[in-house]
Amino acid sequence: MKSFLKLFAILVFIAALIPCSSFTQKAEAFSNQVIQQGAVGDDVIELQSRLQYLGFYNGKIDGVFGWGTYWALRNFQYEFGMEIDGLAGQTTKNKLVKASKYNREHVKEQLNKGNKFTHYGGTDIKKQAAPKGANKPAPQRGNQGAPKNNTAPAPAKVTAANKPNGFSQNDIQLMANAVYGEARGEPYTGQVAVAAVILNRVESSTFPNTVSGVIFEPLAFTAVADGQIWLTPNETAKKAVLDAINGWDPTGSATYYFNPDTATSPWIWGRPQIKRIGKHIFCK
Amino acid sequence: MLRGIIIAVLTIGIAGTAFWGYQEHKEKNAILQNAENNYQRAFHDLSYQIDLLHDKIGTSLAMNSRSSLSPALAEVWKITSEAHNDVGQLPLTLVPFNKTEEFLANIGNFTYKAAVRDLDKEPLTDQEYQTLQKLYKESANIQNDLREVQHTVLENNLTWMDVELALASGKENADNTIIDGFQTVEKTVESYSETEFGPGMVSMQKDDDQFKKLKGKTITQKEAVSMAKKWAAPRGKKVETKVTENGKGSHFGFYSISMEDRGTRTESSMDITKKGGYPIWFIASREVKKQSISLNDASNKAIAFLKENRFTNLDLFESAQYDNTGVFTFIGSQDGTRIYPDSIRVKVALDNGDIIGFSAEDYLKSHHSREIPEARMSAKEAKTKVNPNVKIMEEGRSIILNDLNQEVLCHEFTGVLGDDTYRIFINAESGAEEKVQKLENAEPIYEDAV
Repeated sequence: MKSFLKLFAILVFIAALIPCSSFTQKAEAFSNQVIQQGAVGDDVIELQSRLQYLGFYNGKIDGVFGWGTYWALRNFQYEFGMEIDGLAGQTTKNKLVKASKYNREHVKEQLNKGNKFTHYGGTDIKKQAAPKGANKPAPQRGNQGAPKNNTAPAPAKVTAANKPNGFSQNDIQLMANAVYGEARGEPYTGQVAVAAVILNRVESSTFPNTVSGVIFEPLAFTAVADGQIWLTPNETAKKAVLDAINGWDPTGSATYYFNPDTATSPWIWGRPQIKRIGKHIFCK
Repeated sequence: MLRGIIIAVLTIGIAGTAFWGYQEHKEKNAILQNAENNYQRAFHDLSYQIDLLHDKIGTSLAMNSRSSLSPALAEVWKITSEAHNDVGQLPLTLVPFNKTEEFLANIGNFTYKAAVRDLDKEPLTDQEYQTLQKLYKESANIQNDLREVQHTVLENNLTWMDVELALASGKENADNTIIDGFQTVEKTVESYSETEFGPGMVSMQKDDDQFKKLKGKTITQKEAVSMAKKWAAPRGKKVETKVTENGKGSHFGFYSISMEDRGTRTESSMDITKKGGYPIWFIASREVKKQSISLNDASNKAIAFLKENRFTNLDLFESAQYDNTGVFTFIGSQDGTRIYPDSIRVKVALDNGDIIGFSAEDYLKSHHSREIPEARMSAKEAKTKVNPNVKIMEEGRSIILNDLNQEVLCHEFTGVLGDDTYRIFINAESGAEEKVQKLENAEPIYEDAV
């Protein structure tokens, strides 16, 4: 009796799944979000792939909604007689899904392998990929016909990242190293403050004009002098640097700071002090 | 027998240690010498550049033709930048040397501005010519002082490592010829700060009268705290608060409030101006583990938040997602004109849509009610000034800060050239190309090559 019940339950479950799966086939394309410039993730990968399929987008499919994607989307909206706002809302997404095909497995596989690839319509998709470093497109194994199963798709790897104007990921890394070496025991705001001081120095005419110039100026930072800068920074330090670059300055435009417990130079005490954050006093 | 063996082993041991010690000593000396040589190079290079600076200002004074004056001034500008670079490589951070660096920077700015302008249409004025003459004399004095230091260094074999050691140990008052020499230079320069660089220069130097445009009553500490609490913990209960006032070195009054919410493990801080009680910035630090709302929803939250806090006339300008947070830049807008200096940034957590960051420093410093002048040049005319290869996608009007830190009205064009997007500002008065900005694309994530 019990096993019969179980079997029945499974049957009901499967029956419930069948219409559901055929329904999700459509909705599975894109999630419900309105995709706007600056967004990162799966939906952006699909948006870029579909726009490329139609020939509007010629850039790299990298999962970051940048300017290239923005103009492609606007051109698509223009060509299809929609309101041109550069936002992928429900209407736009529906039109896109209707007009284009999206080979999710192919795109994800290429992204996860870090290959160079494109996703144009009308051309054999297998010819549009080349393994990293290779010049000629190499034959791809298997995956013909893209088997449709109901397993939830694993998120693909986004292969690019937004970055603030004028700073590369490596600049951010270098600053994170300095912040971590100088202020890893400080509250988060104190870490943002140290990063902000580095940036204020870059701006100032009395200091070097580059991030590396400021960080490696002799005797400027104790963490540089004693090698602590080469510790591996944690995520918090990186976030603090990003906040500072994005315009947060908790110091009130300070260009110096010191730890009153360990500062040896009497000169630094003579600077006009603005405020104290954690263990550091920030001054002009 | 046994004694003999022990003696032999010990002897070998001592000899080995001595040899190892000698090797270490040699290596250490080599590294010290290397560092010393780097300092020496920067120092001698600096005095060479100052020599050159003096000479070049001299030659530009003697020049008559405008076509050769521009390159000569550009050369001076380049030399100041090289000299600035050399100073940055010397262990002088703790020596008061900023006046000299500022002086160099000012010469650089002055010559740059003169070099890039069309000297045929706008020749050097008498005043500017006098400034150049003055700079010539003043750079001669710096040159002299530096040469003297250089001479002592060479004569007495002074080393920069000693300077560094003296500075690092905090005994900078100890007798040190190099530091004394640089202090002499600094003193010489201090008397030059009065040099008249002309009207444009005033605004080049960073203005210190921050937040002067703010209006309103002075708020009390209590009011500041209650405001901060509203921002930091709309749903928190166990909140610990600490308030401090600004230090004496600040040019304006503000309260700093830091709060810790034990319930949600959020640590937040905020600065509020005393006058008017405006929020300058706000940071809440907590982990944002996953994304459950879209960037678009988040931008709507940010817009609503600004409205709630009575920041009006702002348009969403840029949005970007960093991991699970969204950062939004808003800029002012008045009668359909974008006002770039009035910018506010809002950071939203993409897990629950809470505001976890806010920065209005730029906005508070620059916002005031403006008279937007009539554009003397039409958008159509301005368009002809844009590089014809750029495909223009959008256009509008905006107020930006130009090279001289002045607000100017511009026609703004956003266009595409090749794979890149550019924003081009054409001055609506003069038709000059004020600024061309390349808008950044996303940067590929570099993975370890191994």
